[in-house]
Amino acid sequence: MTIRFNDETFRGDYTYHNSPEAIRRFPFPFDQDSYMYSVNIEPHAGGRAGSPFEKRFDVDEHYVSEMKDRAITLAEDPMRCQSLPHMDLAGWDFLELVMTSKAEDYPELFELHRDGDRWHWINKPMGIEQRFTFLDTTTLPCGPLEYITRQTQGDHALLDQREGNLWMDAGMITSQADWSLDFDIGMNFFEWHAPVPKAHEMGVFQRALKFLLNLQQGAPVRRLNWTMTVNPRLDTSPENYHKWGPEKRTITPETVGSKQYLRVELQTLWRLPRSNAIAFPIRCYLLSLEDLVSVPKWGRRLHRVLRDLPDELAEYKGFAVNRPTIVAYLAQFDDGEPTSPGIFPD
Amino acid sequence: MPRTEFSPSIASRPVYAGLTSQGATPAIMLADAEGAEALIDLAGQDASVMDRAHLIYIPAGAPHGPRLAALGARLYHEAPSFAACLERYRQALAEAHMGSQLYLAGTEGLIGQATAEALAAGLPADAIHTEHRGSVARRMQCVHCKGVTENVTTDPFICAHCGLTLFVRDHFSRRLGAFQGVCVDAETPGIVPPAQEIKP
Repeated sequence: MTIRFNDETFRGDYTYHNSPEAIRRFPFPFDQDSYMYSVNIEPHAGGRAGSPFEKRFDVDEHYVSEMKDRAITLAEDPMRCQSLPHMDLAGWDFLELVMTSKAEDYPELFELHRDGDRWHWINKPMGIEQRFTFLDTTTLPCGPLEYITRQTQGDHALLDQREGNLWMDAGMITSQADWSLDFDIGMNFFEWHAPVPKAHEMGVFQRALKFLLNLQQGAPVRRLNWTMTVNPRLDTSPENYHKWGPEKRTITPETVGSKQYLRVELQTLWRLPRSNAIAFPIRCYLLSLEDLVSVPKWGRRLHRVLRDLPDELAEYKGFAVNRPTIVAYLAQFDDGEPTSPGIFPD
Repeated sequence: MPRTEFSPSIASRPVYAGLTSQGATPAIMLADAEGAEALIDLAGQDASVMDRAHLIYIPAGAPHGPRLAALGARLYHEAPSFAACLERYRQALAEAHMGSQLYLAGTEGLIGQATAEALAAGLPADAIHTEHRGSVARRMQCVHCKGVTENVTTDPFICAHCGLTLFVRDHFSRRLGAFQGVCVDAETPGIVPPAQEIKP
């Protein structure tokens, strides 16, 4: 398997684009014609060949450009990557997990050679070669979490487990759906989810926490989450909201197909061996509506989901103002035919 | 002024359960303005709670100092501001032994900052007792410039550091001891709703 890496941008001129193959493998998040919160967790134990669920850490055509965008964000605001002092070991755990997984799953792209604690890492797409001593932070150019997440698509949070709760005590967060690591770092599971409407009353977080506290090593899990984003922008942070906010009001019937994106997060959760922390990668996939409707099933289904979504959720997800335009656009692609079960194209 | 009753809110918003005596254990007490009355009521429940207490009071114009001083705390200190007594408070936290209790009373800004200091110093959360009295002004962190604006009484308000107009969220960071303020006209620059008094 070879991947052709796109040369593209996620800001400014927004040259981000999906190839026909990337459209087909997009992780469409709706398995039926309506949506409400649920815990919706399943084992992250592979998946359909070619899908983003197949490998432990999916690498796709956006990898190199996405890492360049992360570097830009970090240069402007280094506080997007933080780790409380007790989380260093969890950072090493995560580095090990990513390096071993990528070297096994993508041997043509990544190599890891280990001689005791002397490690040699080769990242061919990014042109990186690093020799270092495992668990010795002085042998890396930065902390282990920052080092590996500058080379791994998606945001990444490390959750400490104590007092029967999970605590967001470290993270690399540069492509977030409008939440601030700098503000939320140190919060427990209920605190950082506090702004989410409805789900608390439904008991979603109590059940999810109970499940995650018992997460076992070697048995990672995954779920999908979604929102809507105007322009293919990764850095939709609250920090920069006053800079990207005006773009949200540029949606018209003429531009909605090309400028409005469905933003899907493939969230995975991994128990880490030494620290007993949980790694929480949040991988972001973006697909414009005009590309999305090239899969007829998805066009029909997204129309029904967004048309019938409770106002509160549209408000929380931040697209209430554009919903009528989006639904009117998608209606053209909904002929009322039934849709097949599951998320994959027919 | 009685204990403040807040309307129900989201899970990160602090709740102040009110002060109840944990007995004559070593204690740090910190209050500002009307918070003094919570400590006076606490001593009224159980006078022995003062026997081993180090009490720091920030009057902020309130007249309760003499009554507090007369409660018989082991140490009594008045300070003109939280910043002025911060090192004294930190030393008291650093010297606290297992079983020491912390009583905080007054405004959210004081309780928030003092709680953040105590947690950072390693005090267990269940040794921290809080009661809200007086002004419902909030301590707000601007999510954009990260500056903290004290004593915010309206929503929206102007960030004292970067000048953006921010709306007042209920989302609260115990680590920062502050609520989050977010640009209110980010999507429609210049269109700002009228400011309203913050309600409990």
